[in-house]
Amino acid sequence: MGPRRRLRERGLALALLLPSIAVFGTFVFYPFVRTFWLGFFETDPFGGNERWVGFSQYTDTITSASFRNSLWVTLKFTLLTVPVGLALGIGLALLAHQRLRGVTIYRTIFSSTVATSVAVASLMFVSLLSPSVGLINQTLKWLGRDAIFFLQSPGWALVSISAVTVWQNLGIIFIVVSAGLQSLPDDLYESARLDGASAWSQFVEITLPLLSPTLLFGFVVLTITSFQTFGQVDLLTNGGPLEATNLIVFSIFETAFRDFDPGRAAAQAVVLFFILLALTLVQFKVLERRVFYGR
Amino acid sequence: MAAERIVLGAGDAAVVRPPRRDPARQRRRRRLRTVARYTALSAAAIVVLVPIYVTIAFSLQSGSQALQFPGSLLPSELDTGVFRRVFEVSNISRYLLNSALVAVLITAGQVLTSILAAYAFSELRFPGRDVLFIVFLATLMVPAEVTIVANYDTIVSLGWLDSYQGLVVPFLATAFGTFLIRQSFLGVPRDLRDAARLDGYGHMGFLWGVAVPLARPAIAALAVFSFLLSWNQYLWPLLVTNDDDFRTVQIGLRTLASSNITEFNLVFAGTVVASIPIFVLLIAFQKHLVRGLTSGAVKG
Repeated sequence: MGPRRRLRERGLALALLLPSIAVFGTFVFYPFVRTFWLGFFETDPFGGNERWVGFSQYTDTITSASFRNSLWVTLKFTLLTVPVGLALGIGLALLAHQRLRGVTIYRTIFSSTVATSVAVASLMFVSLLSPSVGLINQTLKWLGRDAIFFLQSPGWALVSISAVTVWQNLGIIFIVVSAGLQSLPDDLYESARLDGASAWSQFVEITLPLLSPTLLFGFVVLTITSFQTFGQVDLLTNGGPLEATNLIVFSIFETAFRDFDPGRAAAQAVVLFFILLALTLVQFKVLERRVFYGR
Repeated sequence: MAAERIVLGAGDAAVVRPPRRDPARQRRRRRLRTVARYTALSAAAIVVLVPIYVTIAFSLQSGSQALQFPGSLLPSELDTGVFRRVFEVSNISRYLLNSALVAVLITAGQVLTSILAAYAFSELRFPGRDVLFIVFLATLMVPAEVTIVANYDTIVSLGWLDSYQGLVVPFLATAFGTFLIRQSFLGVPRDLRDAARLDGYGHMGFLWGVAVPLARPAIAALAVFSFLLSWNQYLWPLLVTNDDDFRTVQIGLRTLASSNITEFNLVFAGTVVASIPIFVLLIAFQKHLVRGLTSGAVKG
């Protein structure tokens, strides 16, 4: 290749990459660095006068009771949504992984919640959870029981938010696990059946190990998205009652845009970033050892 | 089965007695199993559909009828006028239009920038290519939630609050899409590349004439995926719009829900209306969507 042509190829590469680089630079890397920077400045209570405070805002954030509560609530939320969602998704995928007439209709139904946005899913759950019109409380009333204030009581609010999330995630988990199931070789099951293996032992000995890369992927992605959850809280509980549903992203949002304290919000965002980074790395390290990558 | 093994275990390998079969009994058992499978499938389907069904049922009833279980589940009088009313009392037609416009622009932009970047990464040689590709992938480690504070400032200083630019431009590039299409370009056979060069195709001719048509499945998957994600966006549109005229349908639902606390049927009707476009999309492009959603998860 002549030097002239090489130069032209470099020029073309730059031209092709420039749009993406410009967007990433302006809306990913610059704000990323700036978020760290903002965390070093304290805003006074009236929203003005940014003052350099070094790392003290970061340490204040990590030790503050409210932020610790947010971390704890987010962790509980993850534990309530990820394992349950994965288990239900696997169940649905196994159910639909059969040669039966009309099974495609069921597949469409099971994947349908992938089409719901967080706003749609949340408002749909209002039809079940609302104290006055909600179906569950209508049923309780019909049975002569007291109403349950799902979104207003500290004991129920996080569980309710989790239920919305699990339902909304079902579709995508079903789709991903189904695709994983379809890629498994039939002959393994064939020989397992000839050996007299029960359905359960086929599931434990063949399906789960072969599916483990897919499940690992689902586990990682769901955990990360659970740490990014915002809409359900904003629409249904507003972080309450008594901060029982004050997930991290909601806390960042409130700090920045309702308390007008961008410095403190940035510090929280930086902590969130490191949590997500650590989560991803740890999960890959720990789980990769148990994952079967054969074939 | 068990009998067979005992026979074999006894060392009498030559004689494998077939298990006794009673055809009628077997048929009955098979039919029973089929019924059980359909029952399980249907029960699961009902559970999944309950929130959707109840929302539709409640949207069609006004006043006290909606509050009387079990009648509220099978309403006798349907108030279909609610769907007209929700368009009259709220700005929902504008919200839908905004969402469609924003989603189409983001999708087109992402597909275009991904194709261009993917071509550079897969077909061109330039210094720092591998490092730059890793830099692209690193953007996946910075979720939008982490940078909202700083990005909001940027939008304010650009004067882009309450504008389509503010809703669209930050999302015009995607590492996921670049990766997906690059994989597809890498699969283009070398012979085709050489043949195209011999035929006098330049880079652009080869990209649009050969590589892009061959990458159509990946591009379709990316397009459906991008559209779904941008239509369903919540946090960013909430931040950068205050003016009702620029609000997307997700944020419009929020407005509708907070301003019609007493008229639940209107809120549910709005919810139904807001989800119809995506349900249609799902049914029409299910295959592409599945490919887009699973391309990261499953090998091959």
